Amino acid sequence: MATQEKPVVLDVRHLRTEFGTRERPLVAVDDVSFQVAAGEILGLVGESGSGKSITLRSILGIIRPRGRVAGEILWNGQDLVPLSEAQLRRIRGREIAMIFQEPMSSLNPLLTVGLQISENLVAHTDLDARQRRARAIELLDLVGIPAARNRLDDFPHEFSGGMRQRVMIAIALASNPKLLLADEPTTALDVTIQDQILRLIQSLSRDLGMAVILVTHDMGVVAETCDRVAVMYGGRLCEIGSTADVIGDARHPYSLGLLRSIPRDVAPRTPLYSIPGAPPALNALPPGCAFSARCPVAGRECPDLRPKLEAIGTSRLVACHHLEDAQAHFGPREAAQ
Amino acid sequence: MTALTQSHSPTRGRIAAFLARAFSRPSFVVGVVILGLSLSLALFPQVFAPYDPLAFDLQAIQQRPSLAHPFGTDNFGRDVLSRVIWAYRVDMQMAFFATIFALLIGITVGAFVGYYGGIADVIFGRCVDAIITFPFLVLVIAIVAVLGPGLVNMYVAITAVNWVYYARLTRAEIMAQKANDYAAAGLVLGYSDRRIIFRHLLPNAISPILVYWMTDMALAILLGSSLGYLGLGAQPPAAEWGVLIAEGRNFLMTAWWMSLMPGIAIVLTGLGFSLVGDALADLLRPKGR
Repeated sequence: MATQEKPVVLDVRHLRTEFGTRERPLVAVDDVSFQVAAGEILGLVGESGSGKSITLRSILGIIRPRGRVAGEILWNGQDLVPLSEAQLRRIRGREIAMIFQEPMSSLNPLLTVGLQISENLVAHTDLDARQRRARAIELLDLVGIPAARNRLDDFPHEFSGGMRQRVMIAIALASNPKLLLADEPTTALDVTIQDQILRLIQSLSRDLGMAVILVTHDMGVVAETCDRVAVMYGGRLCEIGSTADVIGDARHPYSLGLLRSIPRDVAPRTPLYSIPGAPPALNALPPGCAFSARCPVAGRECPDLRPKLEAIGTSRLVACHHLEDAQAHFGPREAAQ
Repeated sequence: MTALTQSHSPTRGRIAAFLARAFSRPSFVVGVVILGLSLSLALFPQVFAPYDPLAFDLQAIQQRPSLAHPFGTDNFGRDVLSRVIWAYRVDMQMAFFATIFALLIGITVGAFVGYYGGIADVIFGRCVDAIITFPFLVLVIAIVAVLGPGLVNMYVAITAVNWVYYARLTRAEIMAQKANDYAAAGLVLGYSDRRIIFRHLLPNAISPILVYWMTDMALAILLGSSLGYLGLGAQPPAAEWGVLIAEGRNFLMTAWWMSLMPGIAIVLTGLGFSLVGDALADLLRPKGR
């Protein structure tokens, strides 16, 4: 597999992020492990509150309000968890960059786009003013902003939403990060622009050899962009594997339910499938499988006994006690589609 | 080189547009005219004042307003107009010095407290409570009484109390700005806290603070003249509006102009600050983008 050939840059092991008191902690991310290889795009999917964003923020150590992060986050072999704020600051922006959901509010409204790019260059490189300006133009060009030279002195409000997201990406790319964390970068954009931004991220990842973790709740986005997918629910991993496996041949009942709720090739006016119930509150998670309360194939042991991630095939891990039942439950109708 | 000039012209255009918008408001124009006049009187009183403000003229005691003495004369025959004009120098200084240090201290403290929160914020909150429990004027008078009367001590006293209000305002604004994604973006880009606070958050938070500063300068003049009136601020024979009003209070029935004329100066200057502050508040208010 292609992913096996490339070196692993980020290795997250047993990540656990919790908030609140130590006696009654709210566990937002629970025993999450995954790896990202250089140049690879990993999709992190799940509903709101499933811990996707907290996982991303744990990597950079920017959990607000302050949470407790345990486990290991190995960045090129170096564990980020015990690092001090000052040490993390040298990694943030320089080696690992992040872009956000809201391009409207993630740019400083009072500084021109050129200044905001060159600010990152000031913080992380030794370029002088003229080189920074040249580099800023180059970056805006790279992210596909037309007439980049003339737009350097424009303010964020003079850009459209999609263009602003491009600017955000340009700022993030300024110091050649090796990993880009994208927190629902296309959610606030309309569909055609979404597509452009995803293609941009894809081509940047390919051309610059940059690893990407793409957080989204949109399976369609995952299918067209990511090399591998991790499905999260209630702060835990349900299923992780190559996109072909997880999207094309999902095994976990939650992944199957998510895929089922995408409208594709169905007759008009057919009611859309939806997973019954609502995601559990963090303080009401069962000790066993987090999805058991909503799972159509859950057995009696599921709420109490935590299923382990187990390998199915060569490139996929699934955490479920009832894989065969899930296949049987979702299988026929899946086949009918 | 062309690149450099290019980079400045849009900003200059924006400033010009802002000024054009500002000067299309009558209230702003009136305010600016009043403040401009006040400032010139404060800077060059010797040019405008017809007489020496301290020179006695015992031949002309408590004369009604006339052509020779448009604002009349006081009980020592000093020209009230000249004294009111020279008082501009003292009172405009008060407006500035009684507020500027409070502004700087308040912004710095408020920005840090608002950004970091936590225990510093709790301690700050208690301090604020403790200070604002006292009525402002009473606390200032108490501090001046301890330090001794005089302008410098008055500045110290006012600053000691007044910074709290700036800090409170700044803290709230910074906390609001901190919630924006660009603050988080600064964090993930690895910028230092100082850089995030002073380059990103504060410029976005500053306009209500500047507007408050404008109004506060008007209040500082009122406060300064109150203290002058009570004998705790500027000391006679120096010309200061509060002092002038105090000098005239025994002669309200016979020589009303001694107190009325400086009173009008106070009102007018205060109005100037308020008008400009008000217009700025409107102009700087973010419009729906």
